[in-house]
Amino acid sequence: MRLFWKSLRESKTGMLGVLIVLLVVLTAILAPILAPYAPGKQDLMHKLADPIFAGGTSDHLLGTDQLGRDILSRLIYGSRVTILVAFFGTVLAGLIGVMLGAVSGYYGKWVDAVIMRIVDIQLSFPFVLLALFVAAVLGRSLRNVIIVAAVSSWVQYARLIRGEILNVRELEYIEAIRSVGAKNNWIILHHVIPNVISPVIVQATLGMARIILMEASLSFLGLGVPLEVPTWGRMLSEGRDYMLTNPWMAILPGLAITLTVLGVNLMGDWLRDYLDPKLDI
Amino acid sequence: MLKYLSKRLVQSLIAILGITVIVFIVLNITGDPVTLMLPETASFEEIEAMRQKLGFNDPILVQYGRFLLNAVRGDFGLSYNYNQPALDVVLERVPATVTLTLAALGVSLLIGIPAGIISAVKRNTLTDTVIRSLALLGQCVPAFWLGIMMMLLFAVRLHWLPTSGFETWGSLVMPAFTLGLFTAATITRMLRSNMIEIMGREYIDVAKAKGLGAFVIIMKHAFKNAMSSIMTIIGMQAASLLGGAVITETVFAWPGIGRLLVQSINKSDFMVVEVIVLLIATAFVIINFIVDILYCVINPRIRLQ
Repeated sequence: MRLFWKSLRESKTGMLGVLIVLLVVLTAILAPILAPYAPGKQDLMHKLADPIFAGGTSDHLLGTDQLGRDILSRLIYGSRVTILVAFFGTVLAGLIGVMLGAVSGYYGKWVDAVIMRIVDIQLSFPFVLLALFVAAVLGRSLRNVIIVAAVSSWVQYARLIRGEILNVRELEYIEAIRSVGAKNNWIILHHVIPNVISPVIVQATLGMARIILMEASLSFLGLGVPLEVPTWGRMLSEGRDYMLTNPWMAILPGLAITLTVLGVNLMGDWLRDYLDPKLDI
Repeated sequence: MLKYLSKRLVQSLIAILGITVIVFIVLNITGDPVTLMLPETASFEEIEAMRQKLGFNDPILVQYGRFLLNAVRGDFGLSYNYNQPALDVVLERVPATVTLTLAALGVSLLIGIPAGIISAVKRNTLTDTVIRSLALLGQCVPAFWLGIMMMLLFAVRLHWLPTSGFETWGSLVMPAFTLGLFTAATITRMLRSNMIEIMGREYIDVAKAKGLGAFVIIMKHAFKNAMSSIMTIIGMQAASLLGGAVITETVFAWPGIGRLLVQSINKSDFMVVEVIVLLIATAFVIINFIVDILYCVINPRIRLQ
């Protein structure tokens, strides 16, 4: 644990990444306290107000949108969807991927063949296309976006875990445990997975960045969460229509997405160096 | 090599078959297309008659077989929205998407390869830091936002380029950059680490000891060996380019299949959606197969195995 903090303090970019991620997570949790207005509240007297640094007033620090909703409040509430989808999407993808990958790598034979063919098929399906397809079929909801995120990224974990397990399986100490009568499930859960968990954590962080971008794209295309829920992608797509008169409406949510993804990526890069110095993708 | 390629060919065919299964299942759980075809006032008997006529009452395997057979014949039914065969509607828009994707690939290679090499050669210098930071940023910026920002700058403020559509070649510039930058960033990062690894090998020391010039060593000895990794990246990035085309086309009102896909999803024109999904997935499988062949051509070690 002490090593962990030491490594973090020494890595400027890693620290920056962790701080950005913490900031976004705290914003999401404390949204009702931080936001000056309710995200859906319309101030019809002040539609399309400019941000304070572009000639606006302090009533709406970052201005308002076409319905007079406060942009700062919507940005703050928008972080909730981002964080929820990124977190649960990654956890779900990780669970499915690690489980199937472990089974595939450990048992081999036909189990492996079947799972790996599914992986092949999945990999032959462009990510966004799959997301769009599933979202279109299942409809707009937070749950569906999380499912889409998980379905489109479990494969990376499965491949990673399978490869690692093929290496670990033949190690002597696994043989030793088996010879004293341990069951397969026990071995996988208690001895194999703990051995291969570092690359999974690194993959999860970098995969999270991808999921955040995916959620934003889906929302941008109007296929994400229900339309009345504020999300950064949705705000951007609305802002596009007012680009000529109110460019900040599109600039600000884009900055929020970029900053968050940057934070997650920086954190992932540092974690990779910390947990697995051999890996260099 | 032939054995390897034939194995890959079989795998590719299985993948395409798997995709047809997924598409078929997903479209069949979405509900009943018959209710979309008939007016809302249609009676139960009318709906049943239509179901019987179109074969929706047959066993699911029979339905899948028919779907597959029709797909092979190129018969995907009529688009509700355009009232033309769905395949024709899609094929009409394919050239625009191919143009955009190839242009984006060109942009990403033209930026990514020099940036990756320079970054590796000038490792740990200011140039390297700048290139790495830009590459990292390129992977964090959402493509649609980048597109909108470019529009704001180059079309709205500076009037250098047209905002959207596909009328002149100038209108290709912004979409191609928007779509290509993420891939450029990925190529830069992977080529850099690959080059650094190769530059540390012994044969590079031998080349140096022979007194060869730095340029020859970098280009002929190091970069040539990094080529196969670039091929792999292109194969992997094909998916993100094809997928990213959906978003880029929507942002720039580019008349390709990506924009058509989003429009068709919003209008529940599932016949068109089906064609596009199958087409893109098949294209992707074929691209990766070609990459595998090129891989063998570039790298003699694989050819011999």
